[in-house]
Amino acid sequence: MTGAVEAGLGRPPFLDVVAIEAVYGASILALHDVSLSVARGEIVALVGPNGAGKTTTLRAISNLLGAQRGALRGGTIRWQGEETRRLDPADLVARGIVQVLEGRHVFGQLTVEENLLTGGYLRRPSRRQLAEDLERVYGWFPRLRERRGALAGLTSGGEQQMVAIGRALMTRPTLLLLDEPSMGLAPIIVAEIFAIIARLNREEGLSVLIAEQSANLVLDHADRAIVLESGRVVASGPSAELAASGRLAALYLGAADASTRH
Amino acid sequence: MSFFLETLAGGLLAGVMYALVAIGFVLIYKASGVFNYAQGAMVLCAALTFVTLTERDLPFWLAGLVTLAIMVTLAVAVERVVLRPLVNRSQVTLFMATLGLSYVIEGIAQLLMGASVHELDLGIPDLPVALGPIQLSRFDLVAAASAGALVIALSLFFERTRIGVALRAVADDPQAALSIGIRLPILWAAVWAVAGFVALVAGLLWGARQGVQFSLTFVVLKALPVLIIGGFTSIAGAIIGGLIVGAADAIAEIYLGPLLGGSVSTWFAYLLAVAFLLVRPAGLFGERAIKRV
Repeated sequence: MTGAVEAGLGRPPFLDVVAIEAVYGASILALHDVSLSVARGEIVALVGPNGAGKTTTLRAISNLLGAQRGALRGGTIRWQGEETRRLDPADLVARGIVQVLEGRHVFGQLTVEENLLTGGYLRRPSRRQLAEDLERVYGWFPRLRERRGALAGLTSGGEQQMVAIGRALMTRPTLLLLDEPSMGLAPIIVAEIFAIIARLNREEGLSVLIAEQSANLVLDHADRAIVLESGRVVASGPSAELAASGRLAALYLGAADASTRH
Repeated sequence: MSFFLETLAGGLLAGVMYALVAIGFVLIYKASGVFNYAQGAMVLCAALTFVTLTERDLPFWLAGLVTLAIMVTLAVAVERVVLRPLVNRSQVTLFMATLGLSYVIEGIAQLLMGASVHELDLGIPDLPVALGPIQLSRFDLVAAASAGALVIALSLFFERTRIGVALRAVADDPQAALSIGIRLPILWAAVWAVAGFVALVAGLLWGARQGVQFSLTFVVLKALPVLIIGGFTSIAGAIIGGLIVGAADAIAEIYLGPLLGGSVSTWFAYLLAVAFLLVRPAGLFGERAIKRV
């Protein structure tokens, strides 16, 4: 499972996670020897059942484990060749990795527009530049423009997900980490959001690592997928192959689900 | 009738003074979810520093600037030494830390600057001003105007500046703030510094009113019912809460006190606060979590 070789084609991968182990508290081992990589311009899916370690993996990459009393115990994470262990979350955002947390986490008491603006502050942009970035996000999510003055906490689930993604885009990332973007949303909204992610990837070259429990849709959009189970990588490869092999379904979706998929 | 109005107006103006202290609590509670017991000690520290400097013949503006610089330094130190190591601990842990902090600040301030009572004269004569049928204290009016200006400045800060919006974001969801690269340590230091500025204003006005001395820290006890009534998360709530407490206190003292044969002003505000807790636990303007169903 050497991610570097798999994605490499000679150049070093964008994001390279090698054999990480993560713990919560002092003793609960959440990840064993997880390795993965994301190349520039790639969409990679991280799939697996509930509790498999997808969120922990993403939080480890963003250095957000500390806020949950978790810690990385072994392994290394490199971003564009630089080891990230000593960076704080804001340093990582400044270097281009941003995460949209599971459950959206919009600032409910702020307006939609204020939510978006907070994503821009780290770069200390000029007033004009900030306004341009805002326009760009409204370009991707026209619905947010209509709702710009509404308190984010009072918008619909789909709109909140768009706010969360738009807020992350305001940091001008090169790698977007998405944790369960489909959670609790109607299929039509999920499809809309995935379509926008795919366009961001195609048109702006944004690399994306998506953690999803429901593998079907995400595999349609991802170049590669990594399957996690109980904190270990149990399979990985191009999405099409994984989907076709039926192995993924057997691994965690259960036989009934597998039979309805094709 | 004019006696009643005078009592009411005097009470409202006193309430503004309570609100001034309460605002300091609201700021820190909003940004970090901590009930900062040390706010009273900060009021004392600011007033004591200012008065010590003016006694050394520093002009007011310079003494004010130096005191502000000291309060900002204190804020940064508190973030580094107390808040950062305790990040992600429970609210009770943080509260206990501020309780300890309060005694440390008090102790050090008095060690350096002495424990005697200082008189603080801001040059505002405490003369009655006639407003129609009623007479009001000029000092109280100036205090109320300062508080008003402070509140307007603070709301502009929170609505219009980047750091203000970021502070509201952190107050709302620290996790999400971290995830988009908002640097919490800088913001915590900033909000403690702003709270230090508010403590300075409150310290000057309270110090001028009752002398700069140890008992200034007990203005905390006046602020608590104000916070319960107005809500811990709203500056407007702190003002309204302060006005309610001030007015109720004054009216109860005059009209209820004689009936009960004693002073009611020490406990009446708390009685009111308990009544509010039963009916409206988040206070008048406290943020109740927005929940979608």
